[in-house]
Amino acid sequence: MIRTIDVSLITERICEMCIKANHVLSDDMKEALQEAAVSEQSALGKKILHQLLNNLTIAQEERIPICQDTGMAIVFLEIGQDVHFEGGSMEEAVQEGVREGYAKGYLRKSVVNDPILRENTKDNTPAVIHYSIVPGEKVKITFAPKGFGSENMSRIFMLKPSDGIEGIKEAILTAVSNAGPNACPPLVVGVGIGGDFEKAALMAKQALTRQTGAHSDLPHIHALEQELLQKINALSIGPGGLGGSNTALAVHIDTYPTHIAGLPVAVNICCHVNRHVVEWL
Amino acid sequence: MDKYIKMPMDEETAAQLKCGDYVYLTGTVYVARDAAHQRMTEALARGESLPIPIKNAAIYYMGPSPAREGRPIGSAGPTTSGRMDKYTPALLDLGLRAMIGKGKRSQEVIDAIVRNGAVYFAAVGGAGALLSKCIVKSELVCYEDLGAEAILKIEVKDFPVITVIDRDGNNLYDLSF
Repeated sequence: MIRTIDVSLITERICEMCIKANHVLSDDMKEALQEAAVSEQSALGKKILHQLLNNLTIAQEERIPICQDTGMAIVFLEIGQDVHFEGGSMEEAVQEGVREGYAKGYLRKSVVNDPILRENTKDNTPAVIHYSIVPGEKVKITFAPKGFGSENMSRIFMLKPSDGIEGIKEAILTAVSNAGPNACPPLVVGVGIGGDFEKAALMAKQALTRQTGAHSDLPHIHALEQELLQKINALSIGPGGLGGSNTALAVHIDTYPTHIAGLPVAVNICCHVNRHVVEWL
Repeated sequence: MDKYIKMPMDEETAAQLKCGDYVYLTGTVYVARDAAHQRMTEALARGESLPIPIKNAAIYYMGPSPAREGRPIGSAGPTTSGRMDKYTPALLDLGLRAMIGKGKRSQEVIDAIVRNGAVYFAAVGGAGALLSKCIVKSELVCYEDLGAEAILKIEVKDFPVITVIDRDGNNLYDLSF
């Protein structure tokens, strides 16, 4: 049975999601920050975490974006194979939603039209859209605007199979150490292991949209997530990079089969404003 | 320790600030980030003067979100300072006194801070709504076509920052972790 969806509905929903994601941090992230404020060992770190919680309250109540970097719009669309879109281009409907959302929500326009010529597009388009086709007749939209203070500190490592699990740990710790104070800790660290070059990077980005602290279903990956969270926090970079016991709130790792010759590891670093909202159509 | 400082500030005031001091800034601050720094550097290369009075000035590395009606500015937290490192020593040598941003600086910038008796402050990254409440006025200076990257002149009141690099070159990021 084919289900028809008018693309104007996509535009409407994306517009709302742009505004919501930038003003209200999801409960999972809020709770992780609250727990960090309780557990933090450094007095300055504790003060900074309380400022961050206070910032969330002001943002929500006064409709001021949580962070001035309201991000490049990243959209994951999981489209049921029994869905048929009508009323125009699906891709353009997404871009129009971003255009309207960033204007109506008083959000910053942070996109330049060409990476070398660098002229601001003035409407925050284009978004980066990742499509996947899934069984069923629903559409799942995940909207995750990403700031570039943290995006710039993300890394990909094409390791050798002989580097093994120790090589993976070293790569992730290297990425977080190099990020230091620049990426606005406490961080959420998204990791993609396996696949090929771009699959690893995509998994790392998508791992950031997981409920904060929800662990991998694979026991050995769950153990790796726990070990790395502990090792990252032992780096003592701390809130704001000014020292402390909370450098990361969570480590999320996704994996995929890979080639006999390779071990790709991508690390997508996100700041404490890890924005992600989900809607179903 | 907590200190209250009026902006712009002279060399003597900057010299009193020590790495780790929590400081509340009040007064005039200029806002500029990547593209504005590139344009200022190009203007200097052409032998033109800068669009802001650089002597004793403070530059805040920031690009705000648009202001809602009745507000001076939108969300207004710091951006990563390291991207301005390439342009910064020349501005310090012209008298720039203070920078507000977040994250590490290059050795060239630290050397220029020491050479000129300047100071580098960090504001809390990702707290743009909170920090916007300490900005009471904002006006465009130039480069309006750059959108969020235009140069602004803002008035701040008790704007909270932490002294990261002091005039002796002590660096809180090195001491913290």
